[in-house]
Amino acid sequence: MAGVTRTPTSLVQGGKTRAGIGESTLRPDGTLKVTGEFAYSSDMWHEDMLWGFTLRSTTAHAEIRSIDTAEALATPGVYAVLTYDDLPTDVKNYGLEIQDTPVLAHGKVRHHGEPVALVAADHPETARRAAAKIKIEYCELPVVTDEASATAEGAPLVHENRTDHHAGHVPHPNIVHRQPIIRGNADEAAKKADVIVSGEYVFGMQDQAFLGPESGLAVPGEDGGVDLYVATQWLHSDLRQIAPVLGLPEEKVRMTLSGVGGAFGGREDLSMQIHACLLALRTGKPVKIVYNRFESFFGHVHRHPARLWYEHGATKDGKLTHMKCRIVLDGGAYASASPAVVGNASSLSVGPYVVDDVDIEAIALYSNNPPCGAMRGFGAVQACFAYEAQMDKLAAKLGLDPVEFRQRNAMEQGTLLPTGQQVDSPAPVAELLRRVKAMPLPPEQQWLSAGEGADVRALPGGLSNTTHGEGVVRGVGYAVGIKNVGFSEGFDDYSTARVRMEVIGGEPVATVHTAMAEVGQGGITVHAQIARTELGVQQVSIQPADTQVGSAGSTSASRQTYVTGGAVKHTCEAVREKVLATGRAKFGTYHPAWATAELLLEGGKVTTDGGEVLADIADVLEDEAIDLELEWRHRPTEAFDLRTGQGNGHVQYSFAAHRAVVEVDTELGLVKVIELACAQDVGKALNPLSVVGQIQGGTTQGLGVAVMEEIIVDPKTAKVRNPSFTDYLIPTILDTPTIPVDVLELADEHAPYGLRGIGEAPTLSSTPAVLAAIRNATGLELNKTPVRPEHLTGT
Amino acid sequence: MRVTFTVNGRRQEADDVWEGESLLYVLRERMGLPGSKNACEQGECGSCTVRLDGVPVCSCLVAAGQVEGREVVTVEGLADFAKQRAEGGGCASGVCGTSVAEAQQWQARPAGSQAGEQAELSPIQQAFIDAGAVQCGFCTPGLLVAADELLERNGSPSDADIREALSGNLCRCTGYEKILDAVRLAAARGDSHTAGQGA
Amino acid sequence: MDFLRPASWEEALAAKAEHPTAVPIAGGTDVMVEINFDHRRPEYLLDLNRIGELNEWEVGERTVRLGASVPYTQIMENLRAELPGLALASHTVASPQIRNRGGVGGNLGTASPAGDAHPALLAAGCEVEVESVRGRRMIPIDDFYTGVKRNAMAPDELIRSVHLPKADGPQQFSKVGTRNAMVIAVCAFGIALHPETRTVRTGIGSAAPTPVRAKEAEAFLTAALEEGGFWDSGSPIPPSVAKQFAQLAAGACNPIDDVRGSAAYRRHAVGIMARRTLGWTWESYRGNAHGSKGGAQCA
Repeated sequence: MAGVTRTPTSLVQGGKTRAGIGESTLRPDGTLKVTGEFAYSSDMWHEDMLWGFTLRSTTAHAEIRSIDTAEALATPGVYAVLTYDDLPTDVKNYGLEIQDTPVLAHGKVRHHGEPVALVAADHPETARRAAAKIKIEYCELPVVTDEASATAEGAPLVHENRTDHHAGHVPHPNIVHRQPIIRGNADEAAKKADVIVSGEYVFGMQDQAFLGPESGLAVPGEDGGVDLYVATQWLHSDLRQIAPVLGLPEEKVRMTLSGVGGAFGGREDLSMQIHACLLALRTGKPVKIVYNRFESFFGHVHRHPARLWYEHGATKDGKLTHMKCRIVLDGGAYASASPAVVGNASSLSVGPYVVDDVDIEAIALYSNNPPCGAMRGFGAVQACFAYEAQMDKLAAKLGLDPVEFRQRNAMEQGTLLPTGQQVDSPAPVAELLRRVKAMPLPPEQQWLSAGEGADVRALPGGLSNTTHGEGVVRGVGYAVGIKNVGFSEGFDDYSTARVRMEVIGGEPVATVHTAMAEVGQGGITVHAQIARTELGVQQVSIQPADTQVGSAGSTSASRQTYVTGGAVKHTCEAVREKVLATGRAKFGTYHPAWATAELLLEGGKVTTDGGEVLADIADVLEDEAIDLELEWRHRPTEAFDLRTGQGNGHVQYSFAAHRAVVEVDTELGLVKVIELACAQDVGKALNPLSVVGQIQGGTTQGLGVAVMEEIIVDPKTAKVRNPSFTDYLIPTILDTPTIPVDVLELADEHAPYGLRGIGEAPTLSSTPAVLAAIRNATGLELNKTPVRPEHLTGT
Repeated sequence: MRVTFTVNGRRQEADDVWEGESLLYVLRERMGLPGSKNACEQGECGSCTVRLDGVPVCSCLVAAGQVEGREVVTVEGLADFAKQRAEGGGCASGVCGTSVAEAQQWQARPAGSQAGEQAELSPIQQAFIDAGAVQCGFCTPGLLVAADELLERNGSPSDADIREALSGNLCRCTGYEKILDAVRLAAARGDSHTAGQGA
Repeated sequence: MDFLRPASWEEALAAKAEHPTAVPIAGGTDVMVEINFDHRRPEYLLDLNRIGELNEWEVGERTVRLGASVPYTQIMENLRAELPGLALASHTVASPQIRNRGGVGGNLGTASPAGDAHPALLAAGCEVEVESVRGRRMIPIDDFYTGVKRNAMAPDELIRSVHLPKADGPQQFSKVGTRNAMVIAVCAFGIALHPETRTVRTGIGSAAPTPVRAKEAEAFLTAALEEGGFWDSGSPIPPSVAKQFAQLAAGACNPIDDVRGSAAYRRHAVGIMARRTLGWTWESYRGNAHGSKGGAQCA
């Protein structure tokens, strides 16, 4: 440890910052981040460290006939070259749910860019040149790239001899998981429909495109263990997968979260963690691995591309009669989070609507495409794109306003989901739609506002100067979505918080220690706010997240404020009780209120709920420190029945609605999104400033996949064609519109402070809203996202 | 090869530089200045933006050898740079910045040092914090350098001007709204500041 | 790898003569990407940043001599009047940071069909000044591009400057990308009206193996303008003429399908851009500012 010159440190917030929950509070890491001092995983640095490099497959599906590392190993400056044969134990695979992913390829590679060998050297260039000298003999195998090729007779199996817990119930070994949901009788109900619409929808492969590349530093310890500094979403999940491969007990793999440059689901799986540890343990030296952007596209899973078939019926007074759908998600070569994504896609496939009779099926494929897993919205995104297109089609066919039609069918508190689960907290779907619709529309032809001819920056094409108004047509579209919050389907979803309260310099100070991955969302700000609110302190110290404290679960599924926030609250409450008990013991005889009144900690003092001060916390605690580590879990959920899909699978829901205003250059097929208004119910905004920031950021990721973002995989070779920021485009500030946000706070009585997880819902509805607006402008059907100029111009 | 140049006002030297190394790599890995970020290394994200002889550039696309004898300002020197600009002077050589030795011993502030409240910040840095423009923060250093240069050229930019000036800096977290807010805020504070001086 | 740092143009020429495989690096916006991503490991890098005259331009009576390394930002800000087409094209290059580093010499040296300067250079009609220790020569832009990422230069030559005629009429540039900033061209189109010679020149980017002119379209339009007396009358161009011009421009494309766009779309888009940019330049020629001001405003 002594030699590590750049590692995460604790963050102390106090002084003028007093904000408790409900107040916009500035980030405790803000100053470090604006001065460049914040230590991200790629900034880790150690004297005498080596650089690790990963050699990846250049082909998607092949037998490995031989690997010759001799020449690479003989390169001056190279300290180690590792292949599958060098793995130290019998545990050679890892995986979130199914351990099907080889640490290094063995016998064959199943997708383009799969890790095959590792090099450690004294300079990244030395490592690259040595890796180029590794000779691998591949024998190409046929690829499966979609449902037809994956399930064709005689199709090559991506994984032979499956023994995982889904293997027994799937219809084909190239299907990871299948989840049907049957409720009511969709065929019977269809007879009541006055109109029926159906459609096939295609959702492209989206990348999380977090800016901080996969990176970290592994430092071998004197005890034979390893210290790993890394950017991840869930330290303990990593640990559980890393330690067995290294052959070390978990306590000898000491993980610390370094600065995380965004995540969005892409850091839920391992990337360089095991590789860096293996190289560090082999060489006895600290090893740093940093992917470049090209490698990053191969280094993490992507959002599942999907094909979705939907049929809806409605009566002529605008009530949905039934829904049938089939959702095929492409999971790629390894399972990652595919089973849970299937569960989400199927259980949320009906959207935030009341439909009693449904026939639903969702599957995820194994294929030779890049592995897909978690990304913001997690299965609900793909479904929302499709069902919202269906809603517009139905409204059009019935001659109803699309918002009015949605409102007539909107779910509310008490509605039964297709899984039979009752929605037991507010579900203000109709109200959110009303709110976005009520917002004023942006003025027309804003490119003329400067008064001196057209400002191309306000037009489709932007700086490229493609139109001065010619061919430009405006369109408006709406969408709304439903996302589950927290881990579902019976998962034991808990978190742990350690809270210490003591007096330093005469002032009570709280220290909060969790393993929560702060990936930018602002969880640490909220933890400090909770501690202030519950413990009446001003100064809070946030310890770096590490594995010296219990698991916090993943920073995903919009769950951290709910679950780790809940754990911090719970632990603070227990600490408070201890403080009060100490106070009663010391001072209870001096004032009857100690025994009778509801007591609070506020402003550094013990007070009655009426505000009467009983003692200074400093006097209560004196030299004593109260230090507790407690777990907290949300209400349990159940697995979905494998045949009927019935079960109380979810714990909470999050709803957002969008109105998109676009301007489309109909001749060139270029789109400018002018405004993306959002209304979202957040239950309780613990930090309003960051709530709005989350909604705007999520909205923009949805915009990206609507009009530009797609990883393009060659269907013949399963190779990725655009692994760079030159050809995988994410929105710039000139592509992103104003995003007015209307925050609704209807408390969920089951959740801490009534809060609702918020991070994902805005990513669901923004994409279909933009698509609806483009359809509105062009009159085209547009069943695929992202929309490309070719789709808009018929070329 | 050896490369010598001025970073944040201080002469810096790096030895054994591989000829293919970028300015970004030398700053981050050899000079202890990791504030400039390595998000794409192809000039498509702006996270590594620095001032090279005053001009904002992607340091990932400048070969280390090209910087010989030139002046670089990184996010680590932005507060000093802005302060000296406000005081009407340039960055006097050797007065601001950190030495190589200091820089390589660089460490994030230890516990108890009130991180987040003591450092002296440039107006644009303070505005980014105040407006909530920082989430994961990986794009932040590059955006700060670019936005600071915009406000240096144009003290009251229109929204379209801000968008154009920052169109080379990708952010994946914020949706850019709060970044716009931050630049507007810094511009407004700059206006009131000069107004207060009667300028 | 060796890093050569010539202090003068003469030293640079000598170095290039001694090491013809040396890769010149100025703005670095192409070369460094290739090095960072391990696509290229040149034996020698030849740094041109220390050669001041490459960053200078001279405005003469009839031509502009534009140093190979003059950054696009400088072209946008200082040469809008003389080189309006190139100034517009410069504004579409990548990002402000890249425009602060990259120059026309890099576009020409790389000779990618997607280089943003090419259509404007073709439309303006210019000569590339290249030099080696053997001597100096001027390569007409029409002869410069010889294949995909290949040009007419000898291995020992370096680009000194580009000689562009000062605009004698309106010029426009338009580029399609699937993002509103920082985007590589799916395809691009440049047009220059030359009232002095009563001719029209064009340039097409990213829609053929090399940047090309739409020569048939130019010939057709030049003839139509002449025959209709449009140069004198300043009458609006009939839609049928604009349409034919657009069709011929599209027909000059020989594009491919790639991740950035389909061949069919590229042909289609070049046609649209040809019609629109013709409209803007002609309106400008007629003295009606309505058509071209928008582009010019942001140049």
